[in-house]
Amino acid sequence: MQLKAENVSFQYGENMPWILKDINFAVESGERVGIIGPSGYGKSTLSKIMAGYYKPTSGKITLDGESLPQKGFCPVQMIFQHPELSVNPRWKMEKILNECWKVDEDTKHAFGIEKDWMGRWPNELSGGELQRFCIARVLSPETKFLICDEITTMLDVITQAQIWKVLLEVSDKSNLGMLVVTHNMALAEKVCTRMIDITKWNK
Amino acid sequence: MEEKVLRNVLEINDLVVSFEMYQKGFRKKKLEVLHSLSLDVKEGEIVAVVGSSGSGKSVLAHAVLGLLPKNATMTGNIKYQGELLTPKERKKYLGREIAFIPQSVDYLDPLMKVGKQVVGVYSSKERQRQLFEKYQLKKEVEDMYPFQLSGGMARRILISAAVTEEPKLIIADEPTPGLNVELAMDTLRHFRKLADNGTSILMITHDIDLAFQVADRIAVFYAGTIVEISPTGDFLAGGKNLRHPYSKAFITALPQNEFQPLKGTQPYAGDLPEGCLFAPRCPKAEIACNGKIAMRDLREGKVRCIHAT
Ligand code: SF4
Repeated sequence: MQLKAENVSFQYGENMPWILKDINFAVESGERVGIIGPSGYGKSTLSKIMAGYYKPTSGKITLDGESLPQKGFCPVQMIFQHPELSVNPRWKMEKILNECWKVDEDTKHAFGIEKDWMGRWPNELSGGELQRFCIARVLSPETKFLICDEITTMLDVITQAQIWKVLLEVSDKSNLGMLVVTHNMALAEKVCTRMIDITKWNK
Repeated sequence: MEEKVLRNVLEINDLVVSFEMYQKGFRKKKLEVLHSLSLDVKEGEIVAVVGSSGSGKSVLAHAVLGLLPKNATMTGNIKYQGELLTPKERKKYLGREIAFIPQSVDYLDPLMKVGKQVVGVYSSKERQRQLFEKYQLKKEVEDMYPFQLSGGMARRILISAAVTEEPKLIIADEPTPGLNVELAMDTLRHFRKLADNGTSILMITHDIDLAFQVADRIAVFYAGTIVEISPTGDFLAGGKNLRHPYSKAFITALPQNEFQPLKGTQPYAGDLPEGCLFAPRCPKAEIACNGKIAMRDLREGKVRCIHAT
């Protein structure tokens, strides 16, 4: 499959500066494309557009030539930098985990999600533990592309290495396509199959 | 040969901080988040405390600055220039000799224009303008309110506000997120310059790469305590020069090194093991590790492990 940005431009409002201008690129299944560059170049905005959270001001995002589905489960899923902001603080972890699909035992095991974390509230887990939930819950068999926006930037390096190890295994096994947004060059070199330097694009 | 012994500007001894929490059914529960933590920062030195976010590192900064919430209790002691930092002393020094760079703009007064806040009680308009220029803040920013600031701008304001008075001690809690790489590096260089002129800096960060750039010593924070403090050079040399098994694992897990993770997770504050907090994940753990493990001197650093060499 192919996830593609076609002539994508973005601005927050008329007369506002262009955050992205005429971006064209594609991610194939099985590829892990790194988007590298300092903050201020619209990396996060691009992630949200690719995942369908934002509509581009002009241009479009396509999945094998079709636009992203508006209803039902979206095969393009996104993981964020701050897991604590992407879970419902009033839900216990069990409910949060199974929000999109019934996460299987293998996935739970692979991410080291422990049984007694299930009964806890989000604020009783560390950032690294929460992020494991946030990743596991989007790895449904229907997910084909993963957009990862600085997903381990706020975690300690051991947790970072743990999470990526599992993600790499899963992406190889399920032939996922991934967009990996990071400012960490060393990390990109270890996890990506190809890299794009966003500073070469515009501005 | 006489060696110059540097004075401790900040000294933290056996600091224990607990929070009283209400559980379901109104039962009170005490949650200990910092466990006999000891640390010192010498004159003109940058010490980075490195650990994952959400692991309680900020509590350390808040304890030093007297910003702990009402439900917190604290034992142990904190000394500034050799004297106990009591609430009265703190009041005398905060904002002048001791400056704080907080994690978020929530610490700014939402109803006061930021230019005025940077001038603060003790500084001048001139000094503020000088700092704004240094941190690439346009003049218009002076008249903005905190809610109008972008993340990067806010960060630069917080840094300017902290350095107006050329403080003796700076406590910086995650000083660089939101800044672009050049500005982050610039900030660090500024820190270095301040330190070279005698300011002591305690920098709390989750970003070990930052610590590598400027710190003289790095303190490794794990599960609410510091397990090792060593010269930065020992960290740059890879795991072999380090003392604690966690620090070694930490360095090995870096993507620029082996990127090899250690199994397991940091224990939750409400569910800590007895004795060494790292024991459930430690390849060298043995019965003796279940006892109280004190911090001890080892080579040029300090470690909290009975087996470290
Ligand atoms: S005290 Fe024991 S368990 Fe703790 S780090 Fe040292 S060897 Fe490992």
